[in-house]
Amino acid sequence: MKVAATLTVNGMAYPVELDPGTSLLVAVREHVGLTGSKEGCDDSECGACMMLLDGKPVNACSYLALQAEGREVVTVEGLSAGRELSPLQAAFLQHGGVQCGFCTPGMLVSATALLADNPSPSEDDVRIALAGNLCRCTGYDGIVKAVLSVAR
Amino acid sequence: MSVASFTSAATVDDALAALAAGARPVAGGTDLVVGARQGKAPLPERIVAIDRVAELSGISELDGALHLGALATHSEIATHPLVRERFTALADASAIVGSRATRAHGTIGGNLMNASPAMETGGPLQCLDASVMLQSSRGSRWVPVAELFGGPGATTAQPDELLVAVDVPAPAEGTASAYVRLEYRRQMEIAVVGATAAVTLAGGAVSAARVAITALAPTIRRVPEAEAALESSDGGEAAVAAAAAAAAAASAPISDVRASEGYRRAMAEVIARRAIEAALARGRGELVPIPASSGGTG
Repeated sequence: MKVAATLTVNGMAYPVELDPGTSLLVAVREHVGLTGSKEGCDDSECGACMMLLDGKPVNACSYLALQAEGREVVTVEGLSAGRELSPLQAAFLQHGGVQCGFCTPGMLVSATALLADNPSPSEDDVRIALAGNLCRCTGYDGIVKAVLSVAR
Repeated sequence: MSVASFTSAATVDDALAALAAGARPVAGGTDLVVGARQGKAPLPERIVAIDRVAELSGISELDGALHLGALATHSEIATHPLVRERFTALADASAIVGSRATRAHGTIGGNLMNASPAMETGGPLQCLDASVMLQSSRGSRWVPVAELFGGPGATTAQPDELLVAVDVPAPAEGTASAYVRLEYRRQMEIAVVGATAAVTLAGGAVSAARVAITALAPTIRRVPEAEAALESSDGGEAAVAAAAAAAAAASAPISDVRASEGYRRAMAEVIARRAIEAALARGRGELVPIPASSGGTG
């Protein structure tokens, strides 16, 4: 059975038809067509799929897409202003926060949520907020430095 | 994955009607959907989402008692001033559930009804004498948290019953509590071993004590022998050691990917002691910080 729904992603309304068991991640990647968010573990361990749901970070692989109807979804594609990177995105490049890049969309989303909530996080705050995002390349230091560099 | 129907309930009555018709509830999805992804159990054939039911949300206080709507999230619990001050073990527990994303969406109702013997909030709620309200289209009833757990992953609730609220009575004057878990990492962790203690101090003596063990038995349970070792004592080293030994003696752990049965048994005493010491220290006015939960304000 398919259910018609409208998902609001990065401020745009997308009509979709979904099996009710479809995750928000699959809906956004395959039905909406925004592939920035990644599928890593597909069971909430790695954070590669992180999106914002009404401003709060959510593991989109483990959230039913139909539950997101009427809520604001933000993905990594919604962080930049057109082709202009957000200060946080630019800082990731500057501080070596990106290597293979697979974790980067989720890291950026989690860090964006943190900074919206707490514009002046300590290093501990950053590490706690990003603890649900795994990175196998950077050793995290570049990522943490990038986030701290845009803290006020 | 074939889910035949999905509805989103606007009211408790909507949700109960759906449950009576055989649907299963989903709130934050952090257990139900993850469990399906891991192959533990497929998604239910019929799902009713309860995350928009306003009656089920919120945390409130009435005469010092705590009322948690089923949809109260771990973030909300861990940052709530009354919980932190008077129901501190519960704040300790919610603060270390999963990751920030888990805490933002995972609810107390889902956490309890998932009934993991390793879940964080069950010990604190038992030691703080909490009860849950189970409601169905047939009526409602209060069940002590201790009687809610039926076994690993099983509750004593009927399939058409929805956990709608958790009530925790006002702790007696002089009561302090703590939850401690053995963990290999701070975030995205599941308790290897956990213990909760709640103590009431009066004139330097322990007038009442509660001790519960987590991930050490088929269900999270209180240990009356440990409580007896503390009650009427001075809360000194000997009483704490006796209580911790009793908690370990009551343990019946399993071996799994996180730890062997023998290791869990050995650590039960250590973690129980730490929880009891932390509760006693808080009761004496010493600062034992609640773990940081968000990096932000929620």
